[in-house]
Formats: sequence, structure tokens, C-alpha cells
Amino acid sequence: MERVVTSGAATEVTLKPKDYKSDIKPVWCPGCGDFSVLAAITRALAALKVAPENVAVISGIGCSSRIPAYLDTYGFHGAHGRALPLATGLKISRPDLCVLVAGGDGDGFSIGGNHFLQVCRRNVDITYIVMDNQVYGMTKGQASPTTEPDWDRSKLTPHGTRINAFYPLVVALASGANFIARASSSDPNGAAKVIGEAIGHPGFSFVQVLSPCVTFRPEQRDWKKIVRPAPIEATTDPAAAARRLMTDDNFYLGVLYKGNRAPFEPDSAGQPSTEQELEEEFKV
Amino acid sequence: MNDPAISIALVGSGGSGVMTAGSLLLEAAGRAGLYGMMSRSSGPQIRGGEAAALLRISTRPVFCLGNRFDFLVAIDWANAERFAAEIPLDTESTIVGDDDIPDEFSASGATFKEVSFKRLAAQSAGLRPNMIALGLIGSAIGLPPGELEAVAKKLLDHKGKATVEASVSALSIGAATLDGLKTIDIKTESVAELWNISGNEAAGLGAVRGGVRFVAAYPITPATEMLEWLAPALEKIGGTLVQAEDELASVNQLIGASFGGTPSLTATSGPGLALMTESIGLAVASETPVVVVNVMRGGPSTGIPTKSEQSDLNIALYGLHGDAPHLVVAPLSVSDCLFSAQWAVHLAETLQTAAIVLSDQSLAQTRAVIPRPVDVFFGARRAVQTEAWEDYERYATVPGGVSPMALPGLTGCQYTADGLEHNTQGTPSSRVEDHARQLDKRRDKLALHDYGDHWAHIDGNGPMAIITWGSSLAPVEEAVETLAPEGIALRVIAPRLLMPVQPERMAAALEGVETALVVEQSHGGQFFHYIRAFYAPECELHSMARPGPLPIRPADVTHAIREQWRGS
Repeated sequence: MERVVTSGAATEVTLKPKDYKSDIKPVWCPGCGDFSVLAAITRALAALKVAPENVAVISGIGCSSRIPAYLDTYGFHGAHGRALPLATGLKISRPDLCVLVAGGDGDGFSIGGNHFLQVCRRNVDITYIVMDNQVYGMTKGQASPTTEPDWDRSKLTPHGTRINAFYPLVVALASGANFIARASSSDPNGAAKVIGEAIGHPGFSFVQVLSPCVTFRPEQRDWKKIVRPAPIEATTDPAAAARRLMTDDNFYLGVLYKGNRAPFEPDSAGQPSTEQELEEEFKV
Repeated sequence: MNDPAISIALVGSGGSGVMTAGSLLLEAAGRAGLYGMMSRSSGPQIRGGEAAALLRISTRPVFCLGNRFDFLVAIDWANAERFAAEIPLDTESTIVGDDDIPDEFSASGATFKEVSFKRLAAQSAGLRPNMIALGLIGSAIGLPPGELEAVAKKLLDHKGKATVEASVSALSIGAATLDGLKTIDIKTESVAELWNISGNEAAGLGAVRGGVRFVAAYPITPATEMLEWLAPALEKIGGTLVQAEDELASVNQLIGASFGGTPSLTATSGPGLALMTESIGLAVASETPVVVVNVMRGGPSTGIPTKSEQSDLNIALYGLHGDAPHLVVAPLSVSDCLFSAQWAVHLAETLQTAAIVLSDQSLAQTRAVIPRPVDVFFGARRAVQTEAWEDYERYATVPGGVSPMALPGLTGCQYTADGLEHNTQGTPSSRVEDHARQLDKRRDKLALHDYGDHWAHIDGNGPMAIITWGSSLAPVEEAVETLAPEGIALRVIAPRLLMPVQPERMAAALEGVETALVVEQSHGGQFFHYIRAFYAPECELHSMARPGPLPIRPADVTHAIREQWRGS
């Protein structure tokens, strides 16, 4: 079978970003960064001219995981933390589709943490967009894996978590992700460009989008003043990328690593058999 | 009863080759036109632990172990006493092996024939004790030497001429040590095409016949052989098997693949099923067909991974949170693993829901020589939306409850499948009426389906019945056969479909029954309580519930029946 690198057959008609949006009103709070991420995804898809029916957006549970319903593509809003394996099964069995996974930091790095490691290793050709706001919003403001250890505003952890924050980009690199980038909801055009590039890159692509929770982390409104483009080109050297990510202050934006590992492909036999031929081995 | 079967136990430490010898003996018997089965029992060690191949060979199909063993052949006695309860011997039995027999076996009063397989093997290079034992027992039961040689050659051909010659030589050394041993001749009769297949392999073949082309799974005893058979088989027919990072991932990979239109299945055992339950509920709520084959082993927790028990019934029936109607199908024999898996795939696909197939270690890891299972064909497939439709509603309430599923790629029918409660379009909704509508839809599509005669195996008539399921059916049937000449007529009812329940069919099956015995291999009487809860039979109802790992034997059932109905 011929490998489909950029999957999701193109549209014949020109579509605008709004053509990828459904008419369902998001549950998000006014000012939530996720509105911009939704806009960025629709812009990226429109720019790639991929037909909406050839896109599947898979998510787990959380505020940002509600995103599939807001898109006029196929979607699956599944179980908490399990979007990545669901997307893996879909992409392996339907390589013709453009498969995106979208969700939050708790869904992806805590309850779904092991799947994040394994999906980076497996390198199936899917794109994972994490709207990182360092908090559990849907359950009203608990610490997430990316929360700073001294954040003490949650009733569950009134003295702070006092455990190290998780650095998803570093972990993604160490686990074998083939494309690693950071974007910000304060720059939807930049985010759209990065997401488009991630979709186009073969293998597993990971995009962290800094997306403030204005309700439970209002101080994150200031992120837009801190974020700035990374002053470098994307590297293909994992060692250089590791140094860069380990010294990163978590606010540099852009494509930070682009690997060239071949995407995962299932094994296939040269000579196809029939179901009847499979029975032969059982005959006495 | 005139039992034409011979039961043989081969024991030895792990790596001594008892499983190989047992498999070859079974295969040779099949080539000689005989039926038979071999179940495996082993300790928890990966290598070096004790192992037992438990065989029963007969002129007619056999599906369970007998009440006793005619032969116990020990290649060595290391830890063999741990199997004492599983290998009942008596004064008619024969023990073959070194003279350091554990007391547990010698106390049986069985005839002892001292043979040191290790010493015999030391005579010349390349001789293997297990092949000598195979030659001995094969000859003892009257198998043609040519058949034993043929199966040994087939197995060892790739290892070269010297190995083959050594094994042939070992077989004849074994056969020659037979002097003074009681032999039993089996008259062979010509039979139709025979298969030598395990329950795990049969379930794998059933899955493929049902149309499964995607499997994701995490290795677990005793389900792994099903996956090991499926991996190359799927590759050959254009499907895929993915080894997932855990059971949470494997079941979700199935949901993803099935959402894309590919019939999907996984195999696991109790601990894996427990991990999967949340997302099996997702498959139910999102109406995405998936099949989970659960090969039961002793529980709870890690339990007894290598031995059988029917104690995952409750989790399969009730393990999902919320009101989550789903299918539970239980194969009734090794060969029925094929049909049941195929049927479960068919049902899951046509009803767009999750199906759990409850196999168990004693079915799955038993190899049996059986008549070729009949081909079954189910015409109905998944209802798929084929045309763009402006008003497409994925979860529309339609007559019968099964709404056509649009597959990604179809223009104009984009929707989001959801584990959140939703309206008919799939949009999340917590409204009272949407919840009620979707609950009814998911219940009704299963309730309204006609499962036909496949729902249960029903045999016999009269006022006394045995209600049983899964691997317990075989000893029950044999007990019924034993009691028939004594004038005790028994009706046997064994549901293959455990969920959704079939009250009308069960009532018809129980018509005229005055007293019934519920037979199962669980400690808590899970099946008994299920029968009481859902079928509330008006007859007297008794329970024979015994935990694993000891298999239920025909004599246990005849004993229970005589106790229960003495004088009736």
C-alpha cells in the first residue's frame, strides 16, 4: 500500500475558515483562550484545503476537549485521557483521513500521560494540539500537571502542589515525537501557521498552545505580553532541540523541533490470503 | 457407563517438554481418526515451573476432562504434587516414572511402573525424555507408531535430519519399554474432516470470519494465544493487530478504528476487562461497535492467571457505570468459541454496541480434535449512511433503534460521536427528554433484536433441569448421559446469550420444570443469582457453585444431582 503522507483529500471548492465551524455555541467562558485555538484550527484547515469530511478531530474530557462539536468535521468526544489511543486506532485503520487530537493539559499529561509517551514513540501520523492553561477548568480550578508547584489557589492543594511541573515539550522530544512546537492563543495567525505545519509534517506532531484560563488563572492574561517568537529556526537535531527545550522559559513560540523519522505503518503481508486459507493449519 | 475414552496426564518440570509431547499425542490421535482434547495446567513460573498436559482421547468428541485418569506419566516429579487434586487416580490407574513418586499420587493405589525417562535418554546423544514418554504412552494406548513418527517429523523437520532421527529413535525406545504395562486398545473409526484447534484459536478464526480487521490488545494470560494467532492471520488478510501500551489504550484504539468503519476486537482477561470498563461504556454511549473477548481466569485481582474460573460473569454483566445495555455472549465449548466470537462480532456490528465474549482458560487453552465446525454466514452488517443528507442525525430515534452510522469521508454527514449524553444529532445535552430518548434507543435496539435459536443450547425434557453456562456445559452433558440409563431424564438449558436477557425464551425452555440445578464454576454463585434475578423461575432452584481452578467433572454433577433429587 502506498503511504499517504499528507492525508485528508483536498476540497474542490475553496472553503473559508468559517466553513469548518459548526453552529454549536461553545461552553467556554468569555475571554477563554480556546476560542482563538478553534479559530486557528479552522484557518489551518482552510489553508491546507482539506475537505471537512476527511478530517476527524478526537478529544477526551475537559473544557478544551469540547472542541470537536464546534467544528464541522467528523469528531469523537471520548473518555478522559483516552483521545490519543482512539485517534491511533482511527488513523491506523483509516490512513486516508487527516486526524487531529485536541485537549487540555490535565487530559493529556495526567490521566492520559502514558498514552502521550507511547504515541510519541509510535509516531503515527496524527497532530496533537494541547491547549495548556495549567489548570483543571471544568472541575473548577484544580492544579494540573503543568501547574507551578507553589500555586496555592485550589482548595484541593491549599499549600501548592509542591511537586514539579511537567514539561511536555521535553518529554515529547525524549519520547520520540517527530514535530514539536509551541503557539499562543494570543496570536491566532501564528498558531494557525504552526498547526498547519504540524498537520503537514509526517508522523506524530505535538503543538502546545498557551491558552489562558481567565476564570481560574486570571493572571494568565499577561501571557500575551511575555510570549515571543523563538529566535531560531526549527532544528532537526534532537540533541540541539533538547538543549534548547531544557533552557527554554516556556514562552518561546514557533516550531522547535522537526524530526525525520518515518511514520508508523502497520505490517502487511506480500501475498494476501483468504479466510479459507487460514483454516488450513487446523486440519489434522 | 461405557466410557470409551482414555485419560492421560503428562507431568514434568517446565521445559521438560510435556506440553509438546501432549500436543503431539493429540495430533497423532487425530490422524488416527480419534477425537480428543488436551488442557494445560501450569504453575506461575515462566520457565522451570511444573507443567501438566491433561489429555482425554476417545472414539467420539470429548469436551471436558474425565472423572479420573488412566495414566499418569511423569518425565520428572519436580513439584508434581501440586497437581495432585487435578489428577485423580485410582486402583485402575497406572503411574509411569521415576521411583520417587510423591505420596499424593502413590496413595491412590495405582499400579506403578518404574521408568526413568532421563536415564533412557542418556543412552545416546539427541534423545529427549519427552519423546521417549510420547513413544511409551502412544504405544500403550495403541496408536499406530507411524502416526507418532509423522507428527514428530512434522514438528522437527526444520531442525534437520539428525534431530528427526533421534526423535524417531526415542519414540521406539519408549514403545519398547512397554512390557508389563496395561494397554488399552482403541478401535478407530473413519470420521469426517477433523480439526485440531484451541479455544483461543477458534475465537480468533471466528473473529476473522465475523469481519474483524483491526485488533489492539495488551498481552495477558490466558488470552495471549488468541492474539498470537490473530497477528499473522490479520496481516495475511489485510488487517492489523497493534500491541497497545495498556488495556485503556487497546479498547480506545478499537473505538477509533470502529468509528472509522473497521470491525474491531480485543482479547483480554479479568484485570484487563476491569481496566476497559469505562471505555466499553463509551462504546455503548457513542454506539460504536466493539468486541471484547474476556478469557476468564481465577480472580479476584491477579488471582490464578493460568487456571480457569467462571467468576467474571458479574463484571461482564454489571461492570459498566450508568445504564449501559450491551451484549454478553458465552461460548459453550472449544469449537463454539468460533461460532460465539463470530456471532458476537455480527451482533455488535448490527446493533452498534459493545459485546463482551466470556470465554475461559479451560476453553481457550484447551486443544481439541473436533469435527470441522460448520460454516455460518450472517448476512446483516453494520447500518452505514451511504449518501450525503442535509438532515442527517447520527443518533436519530428510528424504528428498531439502530440509526445508520456515517463514516468519516462521507460528505455532508459530519457529526461528533460523544460519550456525553446527546440529542439525536450528537450535540451534548443534559436535558431530561434527550437522556430518556437515548436511554430508550440504546435499550430498545438490543431488546427488539431477534437472536433466534442461537440464544441458548437446550436439550432434553422432563421436570428436572440443569441450567449452566460456558465450559460447565460439557461435564453437565456427560453427567446427563451417565444418568440416562438409570432412568433419570434431565433437561439442559445453557444460555449462550447472557445479555440482553431473554425472559420469554427462558420461560418456554423452563416450561414444566419442577426443580432445577444451576451449575457453575464460581465461589459466589454468580450465575445462580443472575438466573434468579432476571428469570425468577417458578420451579425449585438449587445451586452447585464451586470455584476454580479444579475443573467441574461429570461425576461432580452426577453426585450433586443424586444428592439433590434422591428418590424423586
